[in-house]
Amino acid sequence: MALKIIASQCTSCSACEPECPNVAIFEKNGTFVIDPKKCTECIGHFDAPQCAAVCPVDDTCVIDTSYPRYQPPA
Amino acid sequence: MDGTIDVGGTGQSEALSDVMQKIAEHKGCGTSGGSGKASCGSGAGQGDLPTEIWEKVKNHPCYSEEAHHHYARMHVAVAPACNIQCNYCNRKYDCANESRPGVVSEKLSPEQAAKKVLAVASTIPQMTVLGIAGPGDPLANPEKTFKTFELIARTAPDIKLCLSTNGLALPDHVDTIAGFNVDHVTITINMVDPEVGAKIYPWVFWKHKRYTGVEAAKLLTDRQLQGLEMLTERGILCKVNSVMIPGVNDKHLVEVNKAVKSRGAFLHNIMPLISSPEHGTVFGLTGQRGPTAQELKALQDACEGEMNMMRHCRQCRADAVGLLGEDRSAEFTTDKIMAMEVNYDLDSRKAYQEKVEEERQAKVAAKQEELASLAGEASDIKLLIAVATKGSGLINEHFGHAKEFQVYELSTSGAKFVGHRRVDLYCQGGYGEEDSLETIIRAINDCHAVFVAKIGGCPKADLIKAGIEPVDQYAHEFIEKSAITWFKDYLGKVKSGEIEHTVRGDAEIRQGGLMAPAAAA
Repeated sequence: MALKIIASQCTSCSACEPECPNVAIFEKNGTFVIDPKKCTECIGHFDAPQCAAVCPVDDTCVIDTSYPRYQPPA
Repeated sequence: MDGTIDVGGTGQSEALSDVMQKIAEHKGCGTSGGSGKASCGSGAGQGDLPTEIWEKVKNHPCYSEEAHHHYARMHVAVAPACNIQCNYCNRKYDCANESRPGVVSEKLSPEQAAKKVLAVASTIPQMTVLGIAGPGDPLANPEKTFKTFELIARTAPDIKLCLSTNGLALPDHVDTIAGFNVDHVTITINMVDPEVGAKIYPWVFWKHKRYTGVEAAKLLTDRQLQGLEMLTERGILCKVNSVMIPGVNDKHLVEVNKAVKSRGAFLHNIMPLISSPEHGTVFGLTGQRGPTAQELKALQDACEGEMNMMRHCRQCRADAVGLLGEDRSAEFTTDKIMAMEVNYDLDSRKAYQEKVEEERQAKVAAKQEELASLAGEASDIKLLIAVATKGSGLINEHFGHAKEFQVYELSTSGAKFVGHRRVDLYCQGGYGEEDSLETIIRAINDCHAVFVAKIGGCPKADLIKAGIEPVDQYAHEFIEKSAITWFKDYLGKVKSGEIEHTVRGDAEIRQGGLMAPAAAA
């Protein structure tokens, strides 16, 4: 799985963008989005997903269940 | 830290340490002389401020009450990200009239911001200060903030740079701030006790981790006070903003005042909580009220014995432009500034500001002259008056056009600016139109008189009925001089028994940040 940003909730404050260890976050059409191919849920980097930890709006950076669980390399 | 500053080994220049020494020693300000701090720092003139500090604050509308009648500031919204969450802030607030980072026209790149500063400086020659105040935290966006400073320092070297931060990241950036010659920094400090802080801040984000509760507040207060000390050690003037939240930190702010004073803060700005349910903040939704005008003034008065208090803050937005009581940001939207022909002329700005200085000196002289004539008066009477003004220290606004009233306290020590009352309201939040005259009366209900350039017959009668005397005979004259003249007359009438002095009731503080009227369209 990866995280996604609920566009209708995003204030476009950009706080998440520099925190992402995978450079998976970018601005698109006025809000920020996460590239699911790059997102590792911060596994191996930090204890918690950084985008969700810094986001000022609750429940905006959430797990995207339409993607398979992220598998850290062995 | 109090009194003497050890700058040995810090690499500070001799001149800087001298200035620092003077700031540190400058604590007896206004303790003698009846008008107290009105003469000092945030007050009417140089007073007993050392010249080096006066030079720094005299053109800064936020650091000098007297300057705010004459000089303008602007904020550029280059810093949308924040690293803490406050219960009085809602980043998702999307009232059509409110600016927020999601509204693209308001979010600026450093390059756009630099262009905007030049455009505003060319149009408003009395604009002397550029601040970065968000809409998030400037130091949570360090690249954008410092890039903006770099561009402006290069193209508009006469403009003072300042920033306003929550302080969490401050210790990491003090050297960079000093390197850009930023000589005014504001830190928002609402508590020095983490137990109190836990009621204000749900979380802080620091070193890749979200902290909550008392742990978060402890981290924040430690970093804020450390940052404050580091700045004052470098001779940077610091203002501390505190939000007064009744029942949460109102009494505690006296402790905050002592803590920041002992660390060399120059000015303390205690602001009323802005909290309406429609703002969607935690405090708004839980029904936490803001203070009344009397509660706010009592706390400011209680802290004034300790240090300079700012009472002219308009709690402006992160993209405000103009004098503190006005907002001209709608004239300088990104589209408009990109199309603007910018002619930044340092000489004409200087010439204009010299004119402003002349006007200002004339005002001070008029006040001094009138004040001298009060010398023989002895009375315990202290009262408030409201003034309709467009700036320049003059009574030059019509009653019906006033978006705010400035409030002065009159006593035999003179006229002292003690606050302002907003009477416009950009967003009624679905409560419908109120009778605007009733609104005004509630906002200035603690005043004995209202000074205006002109007023219609109808509101005049209603004001008199409410016990507020409308005064229009000083139209287009200096505020303080006129107020003192009127007060002498008032005392005379009380003495002769013609009128009886009564104490007025409390007044309401309107909710909502200062808005550009055009932005409401």
